[in-house]
Amino acid sequence: METYPSLNFQLGDTVDLIRSTVRDFALAEIAPRATEIDQNNAFPPDLWEKMGALGLLGITVAEEFGGADMGYLEHVVVMEEISRASASVGLSYGAHSNLCVNQIHRNGNAEQKKRYLPKLVSGEHVGALAMSEVGSGSDVVSMRLRADKRGDHYLLNGHKMWITNGPDADTLVVYAKTDMDAGPHGITAFIIEKEFPGFSTSQKLDKLGMRGSNTCELVFKNCEVPEENVLGDVGKGVRVLMSGLDYERVVLSGGPIGIMAACMDVVLPYLHERKQFGYAIGEFQLMQGKMADMYTTMNACRAYVYAVARDLGSGSSRKDAAGAILYSAERATWMALEAIQCLGGNGYINEYPTGRLLRDAKLYEIGAGTSEIRRMLIGRELFNETA
Amino acid sequence: MNLDLNEEQSLIRATAREFAAAELEPVAAAFDRGEQQELFLENLGKLAELGFMGLNVKGEYGGSEAGVIAFSVALTEIARACSSTAVTVSVNNMVCEVIQAVGSEEQRRSYIPRICSGEYLAGAFALTETGAGSDPAALTTVAVKDGDDWILNGSKIFITSAPYAGVFVVWAVTDRTAPKGKGISCFLVEAGTPGCLVGRAEEKLGQHASATNEVLFQDCRVPGSALMGRLNDGFRVAVGELAGGRIGIGSLGLGIGLAAIEAAGRYALERKQFGRSISDFQAIQWKIADAATELEAARLLLMNAAFRKEQGRSFAKEASMAKLFATEAANRACYEALQIFGGYGYTTDFPAERYSRDVRLTTIYEGTSEIQRLIIAREVLRSYA
Repeated sequence: METYPSLNFQLGDTVDLIRSTVRDFALAEIAPRATEIDQNNAFPPDLWEKMGALGLLGITVAEEFGGADMGYLEHVVVMEEISRASASVGLSYGAHSNLCVNQIHRNGNAEQKKRYLPKLVSGEHVGALAMSEVGSGSDVVSMRLRADKRGDHYLLNGHKMWITNGPDADTLVVYAKTDMDAGPHGITAFIIEKEFPGFSTSQKLDKLGMRGSNTCELVFKNCEVPEENVLGDVGKGVRVLMSGLDYERVVLSGGPIGIMAACMDVVLPYLHERKQFGYAIGEFQLMQGKMADMYTTMNACRAYVYAVARDLGSGSSRKDAAGAILYSAERATWMALEAIQCLGGNGYINEYPTGRLLRDAKLYEIGAGTSEIRRMLIGRELFNETA
Repeated sequence: MNLDLNEEQSLIRATAREFAAAELEPVAAAFDRGEQQELFLENLGKLAELGFMGLNVKGEYGGSEAGVIAFSVALTEIARACSSTAVTVSVNNMVCEVIQAVGSEEQRRSYIPRICSGEYLAGAFALTETGAGSDPAALTTVAVKDGDDWILNGSKIFITSAPYAGVFVVWAVTDRTAPKGKGISCFLVEAGTPGCLVGRAEEKLGQHASATNEVLFQDCRVPGSALMGRLNDGFRVAVGELAGGRIGIGSLGLGIGLAAIEAAGRYALERKQFGRSISDFQAIQWKIADAATELEAARLLLMNAAFRKEQGRSFAKEASMAKLFATEAANRACYEALQIFGGYGYTTDFPAERYSRDVRLTTIYEGTSEIQRLIIAREVLRSYA
């Protein structure tokens, strides 16, 4: 990882300390394996215990459950530094520590938190969250996974699709319909353990990028879930889901920012090393222009994401949560494309990491809500607020 | 002014489209996964039989003599199905054309018919080196005279089709005392010549089926008759031929873009969310409208460059403009297409991710977008001076 003078965002000593700790860890333990993780498309389970030992898996979790009891800004910065070393490890980290862990922490009862959080926070268990289905992507409320009450338990039947950490997860937060006719008000959240009878995963998906962050379909065939595993209230799942998405969007914004930093890490030394027409190519204005645009864009994204993360939890900021990831995700893909361009022919071959950065970056324009849905949310909310 | 294709050009486009749909489309994803390499090569032979390896080459050398517009539309149709096949065809045409343009009568008769007929599955264009990419005049491969022979030493990288090329067009420094770019000559080196070695294959982001290798020259002895064109005049030749190659790569990019947006458009009609086809939503319609408009503009720029070349007029600026715009428009179209597919677009079950990997190379090879802008600016400014 390249170090060069950059803007101090005045995030505070705690955040700075966490950043340098995670950066050192990621540089030593994750970055050297990033290419291999991508090539083998294999999740690195050993990293989970190491991240657990370092206290990274429960950033926003109370100390009594083993967490660090910190805020979303800290979580974003951890996400950024891990993703800078390996975006796919970053994505799995985000799915685990925010989508699963934070949702259980925010919505679970005391018993559920005590039962599930310590093992997830220590890294003994891997977590996931399941929302999308084959026919229910952007239109999430149209989900078809059904949960039928049978005495003291529920029977779940149906499928979930594109589930990050699905093949590796021990504990999963899953949304299902307890009332098929009640639209958004028929959705309930459940905590599923992988050993529950009737639960299985099918073959993991072959993806463009984020390889090593495993994704698969979940299959529920009369899957028995005890009623004490309802997360939040029956029929109130949509609120769990929608509010969770605001936190998810902000924390995951650390992913694209980390990819941008990784782009700079590759490009800056290359512009010094590569000589053409008798000069280091960084001497040419065309390349200086690219460097300038990349650096400026990265810091503009950081400023927006950090500001939203700091405010999260206090003010209502759905449109800004969506805005932070909309902008940073699209800019990260653009930046990875520019990084390839800076390296020319070398950018296109797999000896350099730029191709991976591009393939990984594209995910954030799709996963956790497409850019189109984010624009719709922002536009709709702004329009309604100004009615 | 007539923007229609003539009968021969239409027929060539239709033939390319049929071949692409029947022979390439069904296997392009397998080629991308590194499978069925033999079929990939077999298809090159079939394309040669159909006359696609020398579209702008005279009949007396085995070419189709169909012109540059025909070359452009054929490349686009082939690239709609398989860009790896298309780039191989593009480079083969370029190799034939450079030999036709500067080769001796004997060189033309000995090599062009072999590429056009498929006897050689490919010809290779060996210009780029590790330290000489955008700045080809910085190349360091040398050819030293030894009696009547030349001895070549050096290495070339990113050489398309190297493992199955029958002949390499190789640029090397023949006068080390000359100013940069002035002492370079061009040689025809047959595959299998002792000391001409095909090296390591590059692992690439996309266009997996087309081979890209290092080519090494280690005391490689070639006869005096291997020199092509005038001694120390090779750089001018290289620069001239690259302009023609740009029409090929621009047309190839256009094909990938068209394929991507067509696949995404068809998907948008079928995919239902919020109770409607997503093609009903303006956010999706705009993407399709922008991509279709930009690709149509790209097509017209390509036709203009091809037309000028065919008429024997200057076309370097127009070829650079067409290549720059077409490949950047195609990149945008592919990424928007992937986006329209949503989560499915990110999986290998649909072709959008393959198109977006393949298309990325088009703004790099045959001159990066940055180099195209330099060429365009230089020509434009010269016209004002």
